[in-house]
Amino acid sequence: MTETPLRPVPAPPIAEEKGAQKDFIQCSDVSLWYGKMQALRDISIKLDQNVVTAFIGPSGCGKSTFLRCFNRMNDLIGNVRVSGDVLIGGQNIYAPDVDVIELRKRVGMVFQRSNPFPKSIYENVAYGLRLHGTKKKSELDVIIEKSLCNAALWDEVKDRLETSALGLSGGQQQRLCIARAIAIRPEILLMDEPASALDPIATSKIEELILQLKKDFTIVIVTHNMQQAARISDYTAFFYLGELIEYDNTNKIFTNPAKKQTEDYVTGRFG
Amino acid sequence: MQRHLDQEIATLKDKLLTMASNAETLVINAVKALVDHSDDLARSVQEKDNIVDELEVEIDEMAIHLLSKAPLASDLRFIVVASKIAQNLERVADEATTVARRTLELNQEPQLKPYIDIPRMAQLALDMLKVALDAFVNRESEKARAVIPRDKEVDGIHKQLQRELASFMVENPKNIGRCLNLMVVSKALERIADHATNIAEEVVYLCEAEDIRHGGKKQ
Repeated sequence: MTETPLRPVPAPPIAEEKGAQKDFIQCSDVSLWYGKMQALRDISIKLDQNVVTAFIGPSGCGKSTFLRCFNRMNDLIGNVRVSGDVLIGGQNIYAPDVDVIELRKRVGMVFQRSNPFPKSIYENVAYGLRLHGTKKKSELDVIIEKSLCNAALWDEVKDRLETSALGLSGGQQQRLCIARAIAIRPEILLMDEPASALDPIATSKIEELILQLKKDFTIVIVTHNMQQAARISDYTAFFYLGELIEYDNTNKIFTNPAKKQTEDYVTGRFG
Repeated sequence: MQRHLDQEIATLKDKLLTMASNAETLVINAVKALVDHSDDLARSVQEKDNIVDELEVEIDEMAIHLLSKAPLASDLRFIVVASKIAQNLERVADEATTVARRTLELNQEPQLKPYIDIPRMAQLALDMLKVALDAFVNRESEKARAVIPRDKEVDGIHKQLQRELASFMVENPKNIGRCLNLMVVSKALERIADHATNIAEEVVYLCEAEDIRHGGKKQ
Protein backbone atom coordinates (compact mmCIF):
# COMPACT_ATOMS: atom_id res chain seq x y z
CA MET A 1 0.00 0.00 0.00
CA THR A 2 1.38 3.39 -0.94
CA GLU A 3 0.42 6.27 1.26
CA THR A 4 0.40 9.71 -0.28
CA PRO A 5 2.85 12.02 1.49
CA LEU A 6 1.08 13.77 4.24
CA ARG A 7 1.57 16.73 6.45
CA PRO A 8 -1.36 17.39 8.71
CA VAL A 9 -2.43 20.94 9.42
CA PRO A 10 -2.46 23.15 11.38
CA ALA A 11 1.08 23.58 12.68
CA PRO A 12 1.33 23.86 16.46
CA PRO A 13 1.85 27.36 17.89
CA ILE A 14 5.54 27.01 18.79
CA ALA A 15 6.51 25.94 15.29
CA GLU A 16 4.46 28.80 13.87
CA GLU A 17 6.03 31.36 16.21
CA LYS A 18 9.51 30.31 15.32
CA GLY A 19 8.80 30.34 11.61
CA ALA A 20 9.78 26.69 11.52
CA GLN A 21 10.51 25.05 8.22
CA LYS A 22 7.65 23.09 6.74
CA ASP A 23 8.41 19.59 5.52
CA PHE A 24 11.78 19.67 7.26
CA ILE A 25 12.00 15.91 7.02
CA GLN A 26 10.56 14.40 3.86
CA CYS A 27 10.40 10.68 3.29
CA SER A 28 9.12 9.25 0.08
CA ASP A 29 8.49 5.59 -0.61
CA VAL A 30 10.92 4.41 2.02
CA SER A 31 11.19 0.62 2.08
CA LEU A 32 13.63 -1.42 4.11
CA TRP A 33 14.61 -5.08 4.05
CA TYR A 34 16.42 -7.14 6.66
CA GLY A 35 17.78 -9.75 4.26
CA LYS A 36 14.69 -11.01 2.46
CA MET A 37 12.27 -9.80 5.09
CA GLN A 38 10.66 -6.49 4.19
CA ALA A 39 10.29 -4.43 7.36
CA LEU A 40 9.08 -1.13 5.87
CA ARG A 41 6.78 -0.71 2.93
CA ASP A 42 6.72 2.47 0.85
CA ILE A 43 6.48 4.92 3.69
CA SER A 44 5.93 8.54 2.74
CA ILE A 45 5.68 11.17 5.42
CA LYS A 46 6.59 14.82 5.96
CA LEU A 47 7.57 16.29 9.32
CA ASP A 48 7.86 19.98 10.18
CA GLN A 49 10.59 21.62 12.19
CA ASN A 50 10.10 22.25 15.94
CA VAL A 51 7.31 19.77 16.37
CA VAL A 52 7.11 16.54 18.31
CA THR A 53 6.00 13.60 16.22
CA ALA A 54 5.19 10.31 17.89
CA PHE A 55 5.48 6.94 16.14
CA ILE A 56 3.16 4.35 17.61
CA GLY A 57 2.26 0.81 16.70
CA PRO A 58 2.55 -2.75 17.98
CA SER A 59 5.94 -4.42 18.45
CA GLY A 60 7.55 -5.33 15.17
CA CYS A 61 5.54 -2.81 13.15
CA GLY A 62 8.68 -1.03 11.98
CA LYS A 63 8.45 2.20 13.92
CA SER A 64 11.93 1.93 15.48
CA THR A 65 13.39 0.74 12.18
CA PHE A 66 11.87 3.77 10.46
CA LEU A 67 13.17 6.07 13.19
CA ARG A 68 16.67 4.70 12.64
CA CYS A 69 16.41 5.57 8.93
CA PHE A 70 16.62 9.25 9.92
CA ASN A 71 20.25 8.97 11.07
CA ARG A 72 21.20 5.89 9.08
CA MET A 73 21.64 3.81 12.20
CA ASN A 74 20.40 0.85 10.15
CA ASP A 75 23.66 1.05 8.19
CA LEU A 76 25.30 -0.48 11.25
CA ILE A 77 23.23 -3.64 10.87
CA GLY A 78 24.48 -6.05 8.21
CA ASN A 79 22.19 -7.28 5.46
CA VAL A 80 19.97 -4.19 5.51
CA ARG A 81 18.81 -2.59 2.27
CA VAL A 82 16.96 0.72 2.09
CA SER A 83 15.14 2.19 -0.89
CA GLY A 84 13.33 5.50 -1.27
CA ASP A 85 14.39 8.99 -0.26
CA VAL A 86 14.85 10.62 3.12
CA LEU A 87 15.41 14.37 2.84
CA ILE A 88 16.42 16.43 5.85
CA GLY A 89 16.38 20.16 5.21
CA GLY A 90 16.28 19.33 1.51
CA GLN A 91 19.36 17.07 1.55
CA ASN A 92 18.99 13.43 0.64
CA ILE A 93 20.72 11.66 3.51
CA TYR A 94 21.11 8.46 1.51
CA ALA A 95 23.03 10.22 -1.27
CA PRO A 96 26.52 8.69 -1.80
CA ASP A 97 28.39 11.86 -0.84
CA VAL A 98 26.75 12.17 2.60
CA ASP A 99 29.12 12.04 5.56
CA VAL A 100 27.34 9.75 8.00
CA ILE A 101 29.26 11.07 11.00
CA GLU A 102 28.18 14.60 10.09
CA LEU A 103 24.62 13.37 9.62
CA ARG A 104 24.56 11.83 13.09
CA LYS A 105 25.74 15.13 14.48
CA ARG A 106 22.69 16.74 12.91
CA VAL A 107 20.39 13.95 14.03
CA GLY A 108 20.94 12.96 17.67
CA MET A 109 19.46 9.91 19.31
CA VAL A 110 18.33 8.77 22.75
CA PHE A 111 17.67 5.10 23.35
CA GLN A 112 15.28 3.05 25.42
CA ARG A 113 17.88 1.97 27.96
CA SER A 114 19.95 4.86 29.18
CA ASN A 115 23.53 4.18 28.11
CA PRO A 116 25.89 6.62 29.80
CA PHE A 117 29.59 6.01 29.30
CA PRO A 118 31.38 4.62 32.35
CA LYS A 119 32.87 8.05 32.93
CA SER A 120 32.08 11.08 35.03
CA ILE A 121 28.90 13.08 34.46
CA TYR A 122 31.01 15.90 33.03
CA GLU A 123 32.90 13.63 30.66
CA ASN A 124 29.70 12.06 29.35
CA VAL A 125 28.52 15.40 28.01
CA ALA A 126 32.02 16.56 27.03
CA TYR A 127 32.72 13.43 24.99
CA GLY A 128 30.78 14.32 21.87
CA LEU A 129 31.86 17.93 22.06
CA ARG A 130 35.55 16.98 22.12
CA LEU A 131 34.97 14.55 19.29
CA HIS A 132 33.53 17.38 17.24
CA GLY A 133 36.39 19.75 17.98
CA THR A 134 35.55 21.73 21.13
CA LYS A 135 38.70 21.46 23.21
CA LYS A 136 38.85 24.54 25.43
CA LYS A 137 37.80 23.82 29.02
CA SER A 138 36.08 27.17 29.40
CA GLU A 139 33.97 26.55 26.29
CA LEU A 140 33.19 23.02 27.36
CA ASP A 141 32.11 24.23 30.80
CA VAL A 142 29.62 26.65 29.32
CA ILE A 143 28.09 24.16 26.89
CA ILE A 144 27.95 21.38 29.48
CA GLU A 145 26.15 23.57 31.99
CA LYS A 146 23.70 24.73 29.33
CA SER A 147 23.05 21.20 28.11
CA LEU A 148 22.51 19.87 31.62
CA CYS A 149 20.18 22.81 32.35
CA ASN A 150 18.22 22.15 29.17
CA ALA A 151 17.98 18.51 30.14
CA ALA A 152 16.56 19.59 33.54
CA LEU A 153 19.42 17.85 35.30
CA TRP A 154 21.81 20.65 36.28
CA ASP A 155 20.37 21.32 39.74
CA GLU A 156 20.59 17.67 40.65
CA VAL A 157 24.20 17.09 39.51
CA LYS A 158 26.01 20.44 39.62
CA ASP A 159 27.84 19.53 42.82
CA ARG A 160 29.02 16.15 41.63
CA LEU A 161 29.98 16.58 38.00
CA GLU A 162 33.16 14.59 38.53
CA THR A 163 31.41 11.54 39.98
CA SER A 164 30.54 8.53 37.86
CA ALA A 165 27.45 8.80 35.67
CA LEU A 166 26.64 5.22 36.60
CA GLY A 167 25.80 6.38 40.12
CA LEU A 168 22.80 8.34 38.86
CA SER A 169 19.25 6.99 39.01
CA GLY A 170 17.66 5.58 35.85
CA GLY A 171 15.72 8.76 35.19
CA GLN A 172 18.78 10.92 35.77
CA GLN A 173 20.86 8.72 33.49
CA GLN A 174 18.29 9.11 30.76
CA ARG A 175 18.30 12.88 31.15
CA LEU A 176 22.10 12.78 31.05
CA CYS A 177 21.86 10.94 27.73
CA ILE A 178 19.53 13.67 26.49
CA ALA A 179 22.02 16.32 27.69
CA ARG A 180 24.77 14.43 25.88
CA ALA A 181 22.70 14.29 22.71
CA ILE A 182 21.74 17.98 22.72
CA ALA A 183 25.23 19.23 23.67
CA ILE A 184 26.39 19.01 20.07
CA ARG A 185 23.28 20.98 18.99
CA PRO A 186 21.66 18.52 16.62
CA GLU A 187 18.75 19.71 14.52
CA ILE A 188 16.72 16.60 15.14
CA LEU A 189 16.41 14.47 18.24
CA LEU A 190 15.29 10.89 17.80
CA MET A 191 13.98 9.13 20.88
CA ASP A 192 13.35 5.43 20.94
CA GLU A 193 11.04 4.76 23.90
CA PRO A 194 13.04 7.09 26.15
CA ALA A 195 10.82 6.65 29.20
CA SER A 196 9.75 3.03 28.98
CA ALA A 197 12.11 1.87 31.71
CA LEU A 198 11.32 4.72 34.09
CA ASP A 199 8.87 5.25 36.94
CA PRO A 200 5.99 7.76 36.59
CA ILE A 201 7.89 10.65 38.17
CA ALA A 202 10.99 10.20 36.03
CA THR A 203 8.70 9.69 33.02
CA SER A 204 6.88 12.91 33.77
CA LYS A 205 10.21 14.77 33.94
CA ILE A 206 11.27 13.39 30.57
CA GLU A 207 7.90 14.34 29.07
CA GLU A 208 8.11 17.89 30.38
CA LEU A 209 11.63 18.05 29.06
CA ILE A 210 10.53 16.98 25.58
CA LEU A 211 7.88 19.73 25.58
CA GLN A 212 10.61 22.23 26.47
CA LEU A 213 13.10 20.90 23.94
CA LYS A 214 10.80 21.23 20.96
CA LYS A 215 11.48 24.98 21.01
CA ASP A 216 14.99 24.18 19.81
CA PHE A 217 14.78 20.77 18.22
CA THR A 218 12.63 18.70 15.94
CA ILE A 219 11.73 15.63 17.94
CA VAL A 220 10.64 12.22 16.73
CA ILE A 221 9.73 9.77 19.45
CA VAL A 222 8.82 6.12 19.38
CA THR A 223 6.59 5.13 22.25
CA HIS A 224 4.43 2.22 23.36
CA ASN A 225 2.66 4.45 25.81
CA MET A 226 -0.34 5.88 24.02
CA GLN A 227 -1.07 8.47 26.67
CA GLN A 228 2.52 9.61 26.47
CA ALA A 229 2.09 10.20 22.75
CA ALA A 230 -1.15 12.07 23.51
CA ARG A 231 0.53 14.20 26.16
CA ILE A 232 3.66 15.27 24.36
CA SER A 233 3.30 14.99 20.61
CA ASP A 234 1.82 17.38 18.09
CA TYR A 235 1.47 14.72 15.42
CA THR A 236 1.17 10.98 15.63
CA ALA A 237 1.92 8.34 13.03
CA PHE A 238 0.51 4.85 13.45
CA PHE A 239 2.45 1.97 11.91
CA TYR A 240 1.32 -1.59 11.40
CA LEU A 241 3.17 -4.46 9.72
CA GLY A 242 5.71 -2.13 8.17
CA GLU A 243 3.13 0.28 6.75
CA LEU A 244 2.18 3.77 7.76
CA ILE A 245 -1.52 3.39 8.42
CA GLU A 246 -2.45 6.86 9.62
CA TYR A 247 -0.68 10.14 10.28
CA ASP A 248 -2.50 13.13 11.69
CA ASN A 249 -2.74 15.67 14.49
CA THR A 250 -2.34 13.83 17.76
CA ASN A 251 -5.65 15.10 19.04
CA LYS A 252 -7.38 13.66 15.99
CA ILE A 253 -5.61 10.30 16.27
CA PHE A 254 -6.65 9.90 19.90
CA THR A 255 -10.17 11.27 19.73
CA ASN A 256 -11.34 10.48 16.23
CA PRO A 257 -8.95 8.40 14.12
CA ALA A 258 -9.86 7.98 10.46
CA LYS A 259 -8.90 4.30 10.20
CA LYS A 260 -10.44 1.48 12.17
CA GLN A 261 -7.04 -0.18 12.65
CA THR A 262 -5.77 2.95 14.38
CA GLU A 263 -8.79 3.13 16.63
CA ASP A 264 -8.49 -0.55 17.55
CA TYR A 265 -4.85 -0.05 18.45
CA VAL A 266 -5.17 3.16 20.45
CA THR A 267 -8.13 1.78 22.38
CA GLY A 268 -6.13 -1.36 23.21
CA ARG A 269 -8.25 -3.81 21.19
CA PHE A 270 -5.23 -5.26 19.43
CA GLY A 271 -1.50 -4.92 19.36
CA MET B 1 7.37 21.35 39.04
CA GLN B 2 4.95 23.20 36.77
CA ARG B 3 3.62 20.64 34.34
CA HIS B 4 2.52 21.31 30.79
CA LEU B 5 -0.83 19.73 31.69
CA ASP B 6 -1.24 22.30 34.48
CA GLN B 7 -1.10 25.09 31.92
CA GLU B 8 -3.72 23.43 29.78
CA ILE B 9 -5.95 22.87 32.80
CA ALA B 10 -5.52 26.53 33.75
CA THR B 11 -6.64 27.51 30.24
CA LEU B 12 -9.70 25.29 30.59
CA LYS B 13 -10.50 26.93 33.93
CA ASP B 14 -10.16 30.43 32.44
CA LYS B 15 -12.50 29.54 29.63
CA LEU B 16 -15.04 28.17 32.08
CA LEU B 17 -14.88 31.37 34.14
CA THR B 18 -15.42 33.46 31.00
CA MET B 19 -18.45 31.33 30.26
CA ALA B 20 -19.73 31.74 33.82
CA SER B 21 -19.38 35.49 33.70
CA ASN B 22 -21.26 35.62 30.38
CA ALA B 23 -24.05 33.41 31.70
CA GLU B 24 -24.41 35.51 34.87
CA THR B 25 -24.59 38.72 32.84
CA LEU B 26 -27.34 37.25 30.68
CA VAL B 27 -29.43 36.40 33.76
CA ILE B 28 -28.89 39.86 35.29
CA ASN B 29 -29.84 41.58 32.04
CA ALA B 30 -32.86 39.36 31.41
CA VAL B 31 -34.33 40.23 34.82
CA LYS B 32 -33.41 43.89 34.38
CA ALA B 33 -35.19 43.87 31.00
CA LEU B 34 -38.32 42.55 32.71
CA VAL B 35 -38.25 45.01 35.61
CA ASP B 36 -37.34 48.01 33.43
CA HIS B 37 -39.66 46.99 30.54
CA SER B 38 -36.73 47.15 28.14
CA ASP B 39 -37.29 45.32 24.86
CA ASP B 40 -33.81 46.24 23.66
CA LEU B 41 -32.13 44.63 26.63
CA ALA B 42 -34.30 41.52 26.27
CA ARG B 43 -33.33 41.20 22.62
CA SER B 44 -29.65 41.63 23.41
CA VAL B 45 -29.92 38.72 25.87
CA GLN B 46 -31.39 36.53 23.14
CA GLU B 47 -28.64 37.52 20.73
CA LYS B 48 -25.77 36.94 23.15
CA ASP B 49 -26.82 33.44 24.15
CA ASN B 50 -24.74 32.01 21.30
CA ILE B 51 -21.52 33.24 22.96
CA VAL B 52 -22.23 30.90 25.86
CA ASP B 53 -23.20 28.09 23.48
CA GLU B 54 -19.91 28.40 21.63
CA LEU B 55 -17.92 28.40 24.85
CA GLU B 56 -19.67 25.20 25.92
CA VAL B 57 -18.57 23.52 22.69
CA GLU B 58 -15.01 24.82 23.08
CA ILE B 59 -14.81 23.63 26.68
CA ASP B 60 -16.04 20.17 25.75
CA GLU B 61 -13.51 19.96 22.94
CA MET B 62 -10.72 20.92 25.34
CA ALA B 63 -11.98 18.41 27.90
CA ILE B 64 -11.96 15.57 25.38
CA HIS B 65 -8.48 16.58 24.27
CA LEU B 66 -7.23 16.62 27.87
CA LEU B 67 -8.90 13.32 28.71
CA SER B 68 -7.00 11.66 25.87
CA LYS B 69 -3.83 12.41 27.84
CA ALA B 70 -5.02 10.11 30.61
CA PRO B 71 -4.98 12.54 33.53
CA LEU B 72 -5.39 10.96 36.93
CA ALA B 73 -6.98 11.68 40.30
CA SER B 74 -7.80 15.36 40.86
CA ASP B 75 -6.87 16.31 37.27
CA LEU B 76 -9.28 13.70 35.95
CA ARG B 77 -12.07 14.91 38.24
CA PHE B 78 -11.38 18.52 37.31
CA ILE B 79 -11.76 17.91 33.59
CA VAL B 80 -14.97 15.90 33.95
CA VAL B 81 -16.39 18.45 36.39
CA ALA B 82 -15.45 21.34 34.08
CA SER B 83 -17.42 19.74 31.28
CA LYS B 84 -20.46 19.24 33.53
CA ILE B 85 -20.29 22.78 34.87
CA ALA B 86 -20.15 24.06 31.29
CA GLN B 87 -23.33 22.15 30.52
CA ASN B 88 -25.06 23.66 33.54
CA LEU B 89 -23.93 27.15 32.59
CA GLU B 90 -25.25 26.69 29.08
CA ARG B 91 -28.63 25.82 30.58
CA VAL B 92 -28.45 28.89 32.84
CA ALA B 93 -27.96 31.02 29.73
CA ASP B 94 -30.89 29.24 28.05
CA GLU B 95 -33.09 30.07 31.05
CA ALA B 96 -32.00 33.71 30.71
CA THR B 97 -33.18 33.71 27.08
CA THR B 98 -36.48 32.20 28.21
CA VAL B 99 -36.91 35.09 30.65
CA ALA B 100 -36.00 37.52 27.85
CA ARG B 101 -38.52 35.97 25.43
CA ARG B 102 -41.34 36.11 27.98
CA THR B 103 -40.31 39.66 28.87
CA LEU B 104 -40.88 40.74 25.27
CA GLU B 105 -44.44 39.36 25.50
CA LEU B 106 -45.08 40.80 28.94
CA ASN B 107 -43.85 44.23 27.87
CA GLN B 108 -46.69 44.46 25.37
CA GLU B 109 -49.28 44.66 28.14
CA PRO B 110 -49.57 46.70 31.34
CA GLN B 111 -47.72 45.24 34.32
CA LEU B 112 -49.92 42.78 36.21
CA LYS B 113 -48.37 43.37 39.61
CA PRO B 114 -45.24 44.96 41.06
CA TYR B 115 -42.24 42.73 40.48
CA ILE B 116 -40.91 41.98 43.94
CA ASP B 117 -40.56 38.22 44.22
CA ILE B 118 -39.01 37.76 40.77
CA PRO B 119 -36.00 40.07 41.33
CA ARG B 120 -35.61 38.49 44.77
CA MET B 121 -35.56 35.00 43.30
CA ALA B 122 -33.14 36.14 40.63
CA GLN B 123 -30.84 37.64 43.25
CA LEU B 124 -30.90 34.46 45.33
CA ALA B 125 -30.24 32.24 42.32
CA LEU B 126 -27.39 34.47 41.14
CA ASP B 127 -25.87 34.49 44.63
CA MET B 128 -25.97 30.71 44.69
CA LEU B 129 -24.34 30.59 41.28
CA LYS B 130 -21.64 33.03 42.31
CA VAL B 131 -20.80 31.18 45.53
CA ALA B 132 -20.75 27.81 43.72
CA LEU B 133 -18.37 29.19 41.10
CA ASP B 134 -16.17 30.87 43.72
CA ALA B 135 -16.00 27.53 45.50
CA PHE B 136 -14.96 25.95 42.21
CA VAL B 137 -12.21 28.51 41.61
CA ASN B 138 -10.79 28.16 45.12
CA ARG B 139 -11.67 24.48 45.47
CA GLU B 140 -13.65 25.12 48.66
CA SER B 141 -15.82 22.16 49.37
CA GLU B 142 -17.53 23.59 52.47
CA LYS B 143 -18.56 26.72 50.63
CA ALA B 144 -20.05 24.57 47.87
CA ARG B 145 -21.94 22.43 50.37
CA ALA B 146 -23.44 25.57 51.90
CA VAL B 147 -25.03 26.47 48.55
CA ILE B 148 -27.13 23.33 48.31
CA PRO B 149 -29.75 23.94 51.07
CA ARG B 150 -30.37 27.45 49.75
CA ASP B 151 -32.15 25.94 46.76
CA LYS B 152 -35.15 25.30 49.04
CA GLU B 153 -35.52 29.02 49.64
CA VAL B 154 -35.81 29.68 45.91
CA ASP B 155 -38.21 26.75 45.52
CA GLY B 156 -40.35 28.25 48.31
CA ILE B 157 -40.66 31.62 46.60
CA HIS B 158 -41.40 29.90 43.30
CA LYS B 159 -44.27 27.89 44.81
CA GLN B 160 -45.67 30.92 46.56
CA LEU B 161 -45.56 32.89 43.31
CA GLN B 162 -47.28 30.07 41.43
CA ARG B 163 -50.15 30.11 43.97
CA GLU B 164 -50.42 33.86 43.78
CA LEU B 165 -50.49 33.85 39.99
CA ALA B 166 -53.09 31.08 39.99
CA SER B 167 -55.34 33.25 42.13
CA PHE B 168 -54.87 36.14 39.68
CA MET B 169 -56.01 33.83 36.87
CA VAL B 170 -59.10 32.72 38.81
CA GLU B 171 -59.89 36.33 39.53
CA ASN B 172 -59.88 37.45 35.92
CA PRO B 173 -59.35 35.34 32.79
CA LYS B 174 -57.79 38.39 31.08
CA ASN B 175 -54.81 37.92 33.39
CA ILE B 176 -54.13 34.39 32.16
CA GLY B 177 -51.65 35.31 29.40
CA ARG B 178 -49.54 37.50 31.64
CA CYS B 179 -49.76 35.04 34.53
CA LEU B 180 -48.56 32.16 32.36
CA ASN B 181 -45.62 34.23 31.18
CA LEU B 182 -44.70 35.15 34.73
CA MET B 183 -45.02 31.51 35.77
CA VAL B 184 -42.51 30.57 33.08
CA VAL B 185 -40.17 33.34 34.25
CA SER B 186 -40.46 32.13 37.83
CA LYS B 187 -39.80 28.54 36.73
CA ALA B 188 -36.73 29.67 34.74
CA LEU B 189 -35.28 31.37 37.80
CA GLU B 190 -36.04 28.35 39.93
CA ARG B 191 -34.16 26.22 37.37
CA ILE B 192 -31.15 28.56 37.52
CA ALA B 193 -30.96 27.88 41.26
CA ASP B 194 -31.12 24.14 40.45
CA HIS B 195 -28.18 24.52 38.08
CA ALA B 196 -26.25 26.42 40.77
CA THR B 197 -26.97 23.49 43.09
CA ASN B 198 -25.73 21.04 40.47
CA ILE B 199 -22.53 23.04 40.08
CA ALA B 200 -22.05 23.08 43.86
CA GLU B 201 -22.46 19.29 43.95
CA GLU B 202 -19.85 18.95 41.21
CA VAL B 203 -17.47 21.14 43.21
CA VAL B 204 -17.88 18.85 46.22
CA TYR B 205 -17.04 15.91 43.95
CA LEU B 206 -14.03 17.78 42.61
CA CYS B 207 -12.68 18.53 46.09
CA GLU B 208 -13.64 15.41 48.01
CA ALA B 209 -14.16 12.77 45.31
CA GLU B 210 -17.52 12.16 46.93
CA ASP B 211 -20.67 12.05 44.83
CA ILE B 212 -23.39 13.77 46.85
CA ARG B 213 -25.98 14.02 44.06
CA HIS B 214 -29.40 12.54 44.77
CA GLY B 215 -28.63 12.22 48.47
CA GLY B 216 -25.27 10.57 47.96
CA LYS B 217 -24.48 6.86 47.65
CA LYS B 218 -27.17 4.57 49.01
CA GLN B 219 -25.84 2.39 51.79
